Amino acid sequence: MKPVDFSYLNAMNLEQAENALAGQSCSIVSGNQSLGPMMNLRLARPGVLLDVSRVEELRRAEETDTEVRFGAAVTHAEIEDGTVPDPTGGWMRAAASNIAHRAVRNRGTIGGSLCHADPAADWVTVLPALSAQISIAGPDGVRKVDAIDFVVGPYATVLAPGEIVVSVAVPKPSAAARWGYWKFVRQVGEFSKASAAILDDPDTGRSRVIVGALGRQPLLIDKPDDVIAGRIDGKAALSHALPDMPACAVRMHAVAIDRAIEQMAGSPE
Amino acid sequence: MAGDTGTKERSNSGVGARQIRREDDRLLRGKGRFVADIKMSGMQELAFLRSPLAHARIKSITVPDALRDTVYLAADLTGVIGIRADSGLPGFRSSVQPILADTKVRHVGELIAACLSDTRAGAEDIAEEIQTEFDELPAVWDMTAAQSPDAPLIHENWDKNAFLETQTEVDFDGATADAAVVVNKTFRTARQCMAPIEGRGLVAVWDRTLEVLTLHSATQMPHIVRTGLAECLGLDHGQVRVISPDVGGGFGYKGILLAEEVCACYLAIKLDRPIRWIEDRREHLTAGANCREHFYDITGYAAADGTLLAVDCNALVDSGAYSSYPFSACLEAAQVTSILPGPYKMRGYRCSATSVTTNKPPILPFRGVARTGVCFAIELLLDAIARELSIAPEEIRARNLVTPQEMPFTNITNKYFDSGDYPEALRRAIEAIDLPSIRSEQKSQTGRERIGVGLSIFCEQGAHGTSVYHGWGIPMVPGFEQATARLTPDGGLELRVGVHSHGQGLETTLAQIAHERLGITIEKIKVVHGDTAYTPYSTGTWGSRCIVMAGGAVATACDALGQRIRNIAGHLLQSENDDVALEDGVARAGTASVSIEEVAKTWYLKPQLLPDGVDPRGLEATEGYKTVQDTGTFSYACHAVKVSVDLDLGHVKLLDYVIAEDAGTMINPMIVDGQVLGGAVQGIGTALFEEMPFSETGQPMASTLADYHLPVAADIPDIRIIHMETPSPLSYFGQKGIGESGAIGPPAAIANAVNDALSSLGAEVAQVPMTPERILAALDQAEKGDKA
Repeated sequence: MKPVDFSYLNAMNLEQAENALAGQSCSIVSGNQSLGPMMNLRLARPGVLLDVSRVEELRRAEETDTEVRFGAAVTHAEIEDGTVPDPTGGWMRAAASNIAHRAVRNRGTIGGSLCHADPAADWVTVLPALSAQISIAGPDGVRKVDAIDFVVGPYATVLAPGEIVVSVAVPKPSAAARWGYWKFVRQVGEFSKASAAILDDPDTGRSRVIVGALGRQPLLIDKPDDVIAGRIDGKAALSHALPDMPACAVRMHAVAIDRAIEQMAGSPE
Repeated sequence: MAGDTGTKERSNSGVGARQIRREDDRLLRGKGRFVADIKMSGMQELAFLRSPLAHARIKSITVPDALRDTVYLAADLTGVIGIRADSGLPGFRSSVQPILADTKVRHVGELIAACLSDTRAGAEDIAEEIQTEFDELPAVWDMTAAQSPDAPLIHENWDKNAFLETQTEVDFDGATADAAVVVNKTFRTARQCMAPIEGRGLVAVWDRTLEVLTLHSATQMPHIVRTGLAECLGLDHGQVRVISPDVGGGFGYKGILLAEEVCACYLAIKLDRPIRWIEDRREHLTAGANCREHFYDITGYAAADGTLLAVDCNALVDSGAYSSYPFSACLEAAQVTSILPGPYKMRGYRCSATSVTTNKPPILPFRGVARTGVCFAIELLLDAIARELSIAPEEIRARNLVTPQEMPFTNITNKYFDSGDYPEALRRAIEAIDLPSIRSEQKSQTGRERIGVGLSIFCEQGAHGTSVYHGWGIPMVPGFEQATARLTPDGGLELRVGVHSHGQGLETTLAQIAHERLGITIEKIKVVHGDTAYTPYSTGTWGSRCIVMAGGAVATACDALGQRIRNIAGHLLQSENDDVALEDGVARAGTASVSIEEVAKTWYLKPQLLPDGVDPRGLEATEGYKTVQDTGTFSYACHAVKVSVDLDLGHVKLLDYVIAEDAGTMINPMIVDGQVLGGAVQGIGTALFEEMPFSETGQPMASTLADYHLPVAADIPDIRIIHMETPSPLSYFGQKGIGESGAIGPPAAIANAVNDALSSLGAEVAQVPMTPERILAALDQAEKGDKA
């Protein structure tokens, strides 16, 4: 199938992008790895496509003492390859290297993946676990949203019409922090059936257990320290958080939590 | 082996050579020319309005007035008849597949309207504007439910939802009397899409001067499509030319006359404009023909030592809504009854098989045809019997396999096994996978991951001919396979064959065969295929037949041509024909020689030098070839696989994979490897990933490749192939058809390995693909059974 007719706008800087957004309803696109196929299937029919893949401000990554701020149009491949700094000393590079296939990673972007908000997408799970913060530009200026609050349902975010994600700031974990990210995919490149991302960082108080691929927004598990220490098992934590979850799904996601913890225990300090 | 070229040393590009595939230079550099690469001025793009419902009466189709000139409905196709592929087997119920449906639709994706525009997107826009009203009928979505007396009838004038029921019974009564065990199982294989990299596609163009329709189509059988098109369109054969250019994989999916082809050709003639239709992946998945969906209720009777006494089976094949041309809806199910025994001996046998009609797209024979299903059924049954008797899987197989001493062997369903050593293939596969070490590894496992090993053995009948296909009574029966060998004035050789090469490497192997017979350097040999105007009639590429049939035809034509070359050369060398040998591009008699190029020049350009009484047919020979008898060559293999199963996730990993196979004389061992590996990967897809599920309303549920999971490189272990080489007494060089073999064994071997891994837990899978959900369900069921 081929897409229905659409207009194409190409922004070279943030001002052009914001002006375009102010003037009309646009679908923002960069790598076009999710919207493109949906357009080809005629499931998505945007009247105007605003391409931000060349917007200079969105293509940068800036490192400070405390964080790295990724422009929304930084690609998965740039993170995987270390072309941009990794605030986590390799955890983000590892996560990026397992997103879909290299061809997708060459084009797909961190901001695009978040905005598409596929419940099974990697960044949608990983970034909340790292306590990332998302900067959103809109008609009323820039606002910041914690990654855990950004996705509000399957393919749904807090973005209002006319808003655009500008950057994603990921704080640097402490030297003692440990990390585990595990996802269940049968095949390389497919969306996961279950995933869990865990940061154990007592020095900063940012320890988190996030469960993904639930068909909804990522789940922030209560009492992460107890889960990480094994005082609460994954099944119990999931059943407590989502009492209506089917038993088979609980089992699979509990395995994801267990294996993310195992992986964490095994990772070098 | 017929004849001898007199070559002193083994040529490095003749039969048996590991010759690099000549077509790859073009294909790997992106210089192939596929249907979608063809552009013509004034060409219109065609898109179809397809049925959104599986089973419905059409109440109305409304085309907006403004679009009326761009939309064609059934009533517009004057004089066009639907596609009909009947079997001559008694009791066959005949279906007619409309080119465009106007009264009733019988599967999702069935064609309703043809829409034309300058672009595909424009044609799709038009299709969206057409309004349709339906009376929806209950869909027949499951082949077991289709048999129920209150199931709605898909073809109203039939008495039931079945194209055909076939039965075979041989010495069954009494054979079961001594049985120490009786094991009954039900098995299922999923409905699959064949998913070649290139889908279907066509460009149809009418030449009003010559009054010839040319159809460029991605097809495995251009001549058969030509015959079918001429019938449906009411044209003379001479008015139809079919060209199959480079084709990106067939696997059976391109062995069909499509309604899309008939429709596009009609429009090309009517409008006198080139018409192009390129199937997209969504059409392939949701509307194109499917394959593989089998159900078995099978019972094995065995003696205490594992000797197989009898097999009793009731099989169903979900054949979809229509009988597809030319293979018909019943080939697959009818084949089940005749090939279920596989390479095993038994005293008694009974099998019935039904080609069930459902509200799904028609089925086509996919690589391996029914063999993948029957291998799954018989091999899982054998393992179940072995478990029941506490004997090893390799032991029960060794006990029942046909032996080399019994060759040639006629089995219980009258299949003629031409040659081979099946127990040796089993032995080599077991040795290579190192079965004893896996068994000892299994004893010490305690964690949540279990390893298992599984075996499957099967034979592949290839290149079977007239008597076999005449028996099915389908519209197409292969006879003599012809080839033309023509020497060009510069001493080059042109081979023309009616089969088509789309991955088989025939541009290489047929040239190797010609080189073997004539000694002409392979660089000067050109293989012409895929155009009905240039090539002799052929049923095409299917049934693992090309290397045997087209290979035999090329060898025979080359021999005839060689005789004529030797005649002229003998005259030029002042020697007797019989004393002339062809080698290294020259004709040699004793110490004297003349180049084949000079012989060619003499015939074409210097006829004054020819002898009196020279053969006036010149240096071009068309010959027909059949095997010694047409019962087919039997290649065979043993697959052995080691897996691990994650008990928490139901995830299966392939740790090691061995294939011990026998393709008879190998024309090119690298191409044999390629065929076996490619097939095995597709078989792994059948085993673990591929499934087109249908909803209860008959909707196909996997409409993109994100839902229809194909095997990818990372899923495939390093498959090790062990060659055996037992020549067939039936074929020209002893070669056997091997093209489908790889796809037959994996589901059975992998399922047996998974069941081996799960056996200590009492769990068993009986259905492919073995998804995590199915494996976890089997584990749950075993756990519940324990508690009960």
